[in-house]
Amino acid sequence: MTRIAGALAILIAFGAIKLPIEHSLDAQRRREHFAGVQFNLDLREKIGQLGFVAALSGFRAIVADALFIQAFTAWERTEWGRILLLFRHITTLQPRVLLFWDTAAWQMAWNASVAAMNDLRQPRLALRVRAQREYFALGRDFLERGIRNNPDRPELYEALARLYKEKYRDHARAAEYYAKAAALPGAASFDRRFAAYELSYCEGREREAYQQLRQLYDEGPQQRLPTLIARLKFLEKRLGIPPRQRIPEERTAPGQQTP
Amino acid sequence: MKFSTREDLPCTETAPRHRPFSSGRILAIASNTLTELIRLRVFYALLVFALLLIGSSIFMAQLSFQQEFQILKDVALGAMSIFTSVLAIVATARLIPQDLEDRTVYTILARPVPRLEYVVGKIVGVLALLGISILVMSVAFVLVMYGREQAVVRVTLRQMAGAPPDQVADALRAIRASAFNVNLFPGILIVYLKACLLAALTLFVSTFASTNIFTIVVMAFVYFISHLEATAREYWLQEHGSGLVTRIFLALVALLFPDLQEFNLVDDIVAGTAVSLGLFLKTAALGVFYITIYTLLAAWVFYGKEL
Repeated sequence: MTRIAGALAILIAFGAIKLPIEHSLDAQRRREHFAGVQFNLDLREKIGQLGFVAALSGFRAIVADALFIQAFTAWERTEWGRILLLFRHITTLQPRVLLFWDTAAWQMAWNASVAAMNDLRQPRLALRVRAQREYFALGRDFLERGIRNNPDRPELYEALARLYKEKYRDHARAAEYYAKAAALPGAASFDRRFAAYELSYCEGREREAYQQLRQLYDEGPQQRLPTLIARLKFLEKRLGIPPRQRIPEERTAPGQQTP
Repeated sequence: MKFSTREDLPCTETAPRHRPFSSGRILAIASNTLTELIRLRVFYALLVFALLLIGSSIFMAQLSFQQEFQILKDVALGAMSIFTSVLAIVATARLIPQDLEDRTVYTILARPVPRLEYVVGKIVGVLALLGISILVMSVAFVLVMYGREQAVVRVTLRQMAGAPPDQVADALRAIRASAFNVNLFPGILIVYLKACLLAALTLFVSTFASTNIFTIVVMAFVYFISHLEATAREYWLQEHGSGLVTRIFLALVALLFPDLQEFNLVDDIVAGTAVSLGLFLKTAALGVFYITIYTLLAAWVFYGKEL
């Protein structure tokens, strides 16, 4: 019994040594985006007792996956409220998984918004449009929170740019987020092009867009895609670029596709 | 020339001297422990694990490839973590009580084997078993991932026939990025270290426990509390407005229990976060520190045990 008490005393003494080590390791983990999840009553209410215990035991990835599969079932039943709730839980548990933020935003801004607009149970168009815009906002919120949790990854910037382009028709914001994505390591090759395309639709920013598109064009044939050439020609006419400075007509390669 | 008695033998070779610490003796105890543990049908459990992986991959084929790989990795690594943790606790909890019941411990300790060597031999045997288990599971995991990746690549190439080469290259890059990446290996090593830590802690508890059921129950509680240690530590150190009793309780939790959340890097690695060498080495060093402390404490308590 004395030895057990002694062992516990030694453990406490070693605990005092390990405490600063754990504390600094924890800080390093947070700096390197291994933030994990904050266990609090809010999370407990969100994911239920079993899920909370599982998440507490280091199995939050599996709990998040189980909820993700449930969200798919809810999607098949078009239960949009439940999908929203499930994705809030999923993204709370796994804030570093881009797929979850992206899917959550897609479900809200693309699927639920269309369903709200086509909802025949609501005869008033104004209310249907309002519901649709609420779902757009929910999708945007998921992506913005996703970006806050993953500021170093380009994918969610791309998704937010796509949302601004396709749902809000806000080309300036779309260009801004494509440009932010393009500036990050691991960005897709099309991000810079897309940022310039979107800018070319913005009233008053044609000169800026022209310079970006021309710079891309001058980089070589791999950038001279049909959409880029079409937007460049449109801006040349719009800005009254002298004929000698314009791109030649024959540069458009036949059979090339817009990415 | 004939020798009639033992005393008549020429004294050309002296008997080997007894060494106070022998790695040979530790290895002998460790190999016996490993043999004993392998007979615990542990490989049946591994087979179930492999089937679970294969089954889950077929089930997940209906999702898109990114979702499929994400879930496959989560399930596989989660299963590795659960299995190795359970194995570490259950296998270690029975070692000393079983030896006491079988009286094997008396046979071993009747020889000039220090108790420290006995305890170290036991833990090395368990660590070897955990190593074999994690290796087999990792091989199964890599094979399943590789198989699924190749299947997805084939389908994508078929679907994108005629597309520009840079688009095909982008698509293949996306598939490979979603499938297996080398960052998972440090994650798997940390899962192994966590299991080793649990084994060492279980051995320490089993030195003063009366039965292995008691050890397993205590370890189940320790497992959950240790995952909350970081929360207790933060509350204690941040000096929240809590009472003295609460603060003492939080301090005890923070000081007595290991922080198992430090070993849960794999969730974020699956999500695409690269683990730096510094973080990996510090986590590994913390794991080795815990294993050493718990093993030495187990030996110390075992020295005082009346046999």
